[in-house]
Amino acid sequence: MSFDPVFTFGTIAAAALIGLGVSNAIDGTPSRFRVPPAAAELVTLKPGSFEHPQPGEFLRDNHPVPTPMTKETIHTPLEIMKFQVTASDYDRCVSDGACKPADSLLVGNVPVTGVSFLDAQAYANWLSAKTGETWRLPTDVEWAYAAGERFRADIEAGDGDPADPARRWLTQYRNESALGRKADPEPRPLGAFGANSKGVADIAGNVWEWTSTCYAHVTIAGDRIAGSLSNCGVHVVEGFHRTYMSNFIRDGKSGGCAVGTPPDNLGFRLVHERGGFLRAAVRRLGLT
Amino acid sequence: MLTRREALLGSVLTAAAVATIGSGPVMAAAKDVAGLPREKVTLVAPPFVHAHDQAAKGGPKVVEFTMRIEEKPLVIDAAGTQLNAMTYNGSIPGPLMVVHEGDYLELTLINPDTNTLAHNIDFHAATGGLGGGALTLINPGEQVTLRFKATRSGTFVYHCAPGGAMIPWHVVSGMSGAVMVLPRDGLKDEKGKPVRYDRIYYIGENDFYIPRDEQGKFKRYDSAGDNYEDTVKVMRGLIPTHVVFNGKAGSLTGENAMKAKVGETVLIVHSQANRDTRPHLIGGHGDFVWEGGKFANPPAKDMETWFIRGGSAGAALYTFRQPGIYAYVNHNLIEAVELGATAHFTVDGKWDDDLMMQIEAPKAIAS
Repeated sequence: MSFDPVFTFGTIAAAALIGLGVSNAIDGTPSRFRVPPAAAELVTLKPGSFEHPQPGEFLRDNHPVPTPMTKETIHTPLEIMKFQVTASDYDRCVSDGACKPADSLLVGNVPVTGVSFLDAQAYANWLSAKTGETWRLPTDVEWAYAAGERFRADIEAGDGDPADPARRWLTQYRNESALGRKADPEPRPLGAFGANSKGVADIAGNVWEWTSTCYAHVTIAGDRIAGSLSNCGVHVVEGFHRTYMSNFIRDGKSGGCAVGTPPDNLGFRLVHERGGFLRAAVRRLGLT
Repeated sequence: MLTRREALLGSVLTAAAVATIGSGPVMAAAKDVAGLPREKVTLVAPPFVHAHDQAAKGGPKVVEFTMRIEEKPLVIDAAGTQLNAMTYNGSIPGPLMVVHEGDYLELTLINPDTNTLAHNIDFHAATGGLGGGALTLINPGEQVTLRFKATRSGTFVYHCAPGGAMIPWHVVSGMSGAVMVLPRDGLKDEKGKPVRYDRIYYIGENDFYIPRDEQGKFKRYDSAGDNYEDTVKVMRGLIPTHVVFNGKAGSLTGENAMKAKVGETVLIVHSQANRDTRPHLIGGHGDFVWEGGKFANPPAKDMETWFIRGGSAGAALYTFRQPGIYAYVNHNLIEAVELGATAHFTVDGKWDDDLMMQIEAPKAIAS
């Protein structure tokens, strides 16, 4: 595994555990909360800039165009789970009564699947409360940054032909078919799809991941955005390809991708907000 | 099972005996048929259909087909669910056989000794003998040849019917297909004017009943016989676990989507051997639809959705007028989307603004 441009923080987990001790002392609740394995193993990505195709549907002169590329910058080191949240991690939230049982019956060291955006959020809230730190879903930009060379974005459809909307539909359909990806529904143990060049594991395997970015219709005029209307009842889902799913969908097969291949499974990984512990401690001390 | 098989074999012998008693006219007819020209047709797997003339050239003939029965596990959805399938010629549905009214359809049916069950064939297009079922029951290692006269035109189901409880089980294990008997002068519209097709697709719809384990996961069985008891329990609930086209959810999508061009006329033959269905072409219509499948009746026109009775095959003729992706579904949309009954057409050609145009793309509501 390459350590450049990424440095994997073995110390992060230790720091988090120390942090826990402190926060427990502040809380006065000496519970022995064991950090779930996925939360204990983070990858820290150096700040950086990259070109990113925007999520959503883009219109120019009343017809669809490929999503524009924009330069995105990650300003502070990004701490993201190396692996997806596992079934056993998630199960602890369920046992605590803070999460609804997932649809998947699998247990143990496999990614939790059969979870909606709402479930992922409930888990992030539970983990944040338990650790006294801030855990959240990555934005689409953060996910793409962590995905590195495995990021694909939407299935290409090319420029819309104002005189023939069908051309774009056919192009997209054929491009997706040509990828030749066969359904692969059975989640595998963590790490089965290997790590990317940044050391982040199982990106673009057979579990698609929820992001915190809302679906949007964007109108472009010239080279600027003339208008945008977002729908946060639908969120960006990332994986082998990008798609968009209603917040309550747990099974991607019936949730999106009107034609073509739907996600095999829906799961997630979380971002750990740096300084989250400090903010939480400050909050608890009533200093805000 | 053996008892049932013996009983059925017994009935076959009886039927044969009856045929011998009435041998006078049978022999005469056979002699007439013996003088007819013969044509051997190699079948192709659905959704494709073997080459055929739409209007017959010349007089009646004997059209010979051969089908091998294959028992084999088949995957029926993206999750890898397995059906211990029983198939005519290896495919679900079995191939479409095309002849003309007045022709004789002669089928050699082979049940290789690698199979474990007795099978037969009941042609809805045939007259007498339980549609041929009484004369075609064969054990593994046997073959049989049946000839019947195509006395009426239309699309007709064929299916396995090896007696009693075996009948529905064999059918929902995949053993059905269709025959198309064309009028000698081809298809006609409601005024008797000839209509022709540029392409033909045959879609067989199946309802499957796969048992689940205690955790709700679909069970796997080593062989067809092993699943019988569990499967019948699910069948009796009458709620299929899968409703699919051509044997598998997604079998006619993506790389396998059906193709057409703007201006081309496509005949879609749709069979369902067991359960009612209601095909609908999203974004298109049925220009001429023989809902019941029988060409002596005038076709219904301009249909949005048509009804295929369980145990029948229908035909819909449509000329594509607009390019794009068309979904062809069972318009019980739960069955289409959740249970699998969706197929796609990719249609190339020139868009017609007169038929449809987006006047204004989505934008914020004007205040």
